[in-house]
Amino acid sequence: MKQLQFDSTNAICGLTFIALGGFFIYQCLNLDLGTAFRMGPGYFPLILAAILTLLGVVVLVQATRVRGEPMGPLALRGMLFILPAPVFFGLTVRGLGFVPSLFFAALIAAFASSRMKPLLAVVLAGAITLFSVLVFSYALGLPFERFGPWTRL
Amino acid sequence: MDLVSNLALGFSTALSPENLAFCLIGVLLGTLIGVLPGIGATATIAMLLPITFKLEPVSSLIMLAGIYYGAQYGGSTTAILINMPGESSSAVTAIDGYQMARKGRAGAALSIAALGSFFAGTVSTFLVAIFAIPLTAIALKFGAAEYFSLMVVGLVSSIALAHGSIVKALAMVALGLLLGLVGTDIYTGTPRFTLGIREYADGLNFVAVAVGVFGIAEILRNLEGEKTRSLLMAKVSGLWPTRDDFRRMAGPVLRGTAIGSALGILPGGGAILAAFASYTVEKRVSDNPGEFGQGAIAGVAGPESANNAGAQTSFIPLLTLGIPANPVMALMVGAMIIQGIVPGPNVATEQPTLFWGIIASMWIGNLMLVVLNLPLIGLWVKLLTVPYYVLFPIIMAFCSIGVYSVNSNVYDLYAVALFGLGGYLLVKLRCEPAPLLLGFVLGPLLEENLRRAMILSRGDPTTFVTRPISAFLLALALAVLIIVFLPSVKKKREEVFQEED
Repeated sequence: MKQLQFDSTNAICGLTFIALGGFFIYQCLNLDLGTAFRMGPGYFPLILAAILTLLGVVVLVQATRVRGEPMGPLALRGMLFILPAPVFFGLTVRGLGFVPSLFFAALIAAFASSRMKPLLAVVLAGAITLFSVLVFSYALGLPFERFGPWTRL
Repeated sequence: MDLVSNLALGFSTALSPENLAFCLIGVLLGTLIGVLPGIGATATIAMLLPITFKLEPVSSLIMLAGIYYGAQYGGSTTAILINMPGESSSAVTAIDGYQMARKGRAGAALSIAALGSFFAGTVSTFLVAIFAIPLTAIALKFGAAEYFSLMVVGLVSSIALAHGSIVKALAMVALGLLLGLVGTDIYTGTPRFTLGIREYADGLNFVAVAVGVFGIAEILRNLEGEKTRSLLMAKVSGLWPTRDDFRRMAGPVLRGTAIGSALGILPGGGAILAAFASYTVEKRVSDNPGEFGQGAIAGVAGPESANNAGAQTSFIPLLTLGIPANPVMALMVGAMIIQGIVPGPNVATEQPTLFWGIIASMWIGNLMLVVLNLPLIGLWVKLLTVPYYVLFPIIMAFCSIGVYSVNSNVYDLYAVALFGLGGYLLVKLRCEPAPLLLGFVLGPLLEENLRRAMILSRGDPTTFVTRPISAFLLALALAVLIIVFLPSVKKKREEVFQEED
């Protein structure tokens, strides 16, 4: 028997579109649709979400026809260190203040590469922080508190 | 002559010491990021956007524009010297440029690229100046229906120019439009798709989405397979092209300029397509097609002129209609809105210094690039030896500061991480992020104009086809869509993008 062929990347892609479309359709159900004359807040998004779902189905169907290349490896280490950096900065910038928060955010991001040495990372994060404080806080005068309430005992 | 007095006003604005300084900073930064592969103009402008709102509107837009065309120059430098295009638009230059460099003609190749770009930049700056006013006059006649149709044209063209599957690109537009609608509905005040998070009531932050989808996704992709970059640098000597070179570059430069200017104007068009189109044309008209790929001068001069001309003329839809033609222009819209300027046909009449100042600065910026770049090539090449992993924390720190400083909203930073992850996964699923961003910017505008048009026509959808300008634009959009789905065009399009990869 012939082996079932399908493009796994496109299959996942199609399913993703269907899921996203479905999510938006579900959200639209709670909104007033209105009429074509006076469109409510849900009218236009519902059309778009339906189109998105439909395109997802098309991608999924097409995926069963051809054999595609696999997706390739994901940058897991990268995701583990790059993505938390802005989140950490967001969580601590008000509490710790601009200087310590930025230092640690840069330090976290530095470890995204497997080649980074700890000492270099600390020096680099320090240099970035110094540069940013001089440029953004002093020269451009952005209204950041340099050291926040958490640093005062 | 209106044009002369307008240009005089523009040059007096652009030549003020302050604006000259910002133009210089812009082109230098642009060249820098153009030289460094892995971080493009879109991500850089997205990161710098928040910082610019402390500046004068004219200065900030001049600087951002400088980054955009500076990146084109920088990209071609690395394409020629190390066969690694820093920007996707210089991918074509690498084919023959690197071969020229290997034959010891690196200096000539760089000069040809720079001079060709400068010529194209000069011509297309004038085109922007000439076409801006009449197009603005047409745009002032636009009603809601016309704007809706025009945006449809822009979105459809962005699909035509995206890599890979057209169906996926369409889906990305739809997703982008939906994401653009997150926030409070302007007519009824109903919050939409905010998941109950009050901080998203004003909509998702454009900068956060752009930085996430372009910047962070790009970093993650670079982290996938970390390889050492080998530097096989050709020696640069003999910068000035010979008389024979000049003779051979004249034709390609002229044709490249024409092709680039035309393709740049199209909404959704831009520098990348222009470069490819020019290369194809040069190969076809050449007496000696076998020379291409072996270091043909026409293969450097044509595409380089075309990509620069396309980069300049893509400002036309932005300045006259307020419609961004590509993601970088979408960011320029963001920059204008931060400054309290509503992009559109009124900019030319209400803010003449801004309007003409930007146009004049483009020419000045191009001149700076020619004068500065050739002597600075050694410095740019040194920068290539900076290891990648040092760049990541720097980029992440600037991203975080930039995004946070827009509204001091920490939820924007969470959105960066979320969209970085989402953008990366979409890239892994072979989806192009550019149509998504364009959809995101146009989403609210599209909905508003659709609803307004429907109210004006009392619920009659034929309004879009009975109004002549709107009907013409929709027909254009339909034509583009049909053309990209034609089997022969589809095949050719796949070939073109294959070559690029």
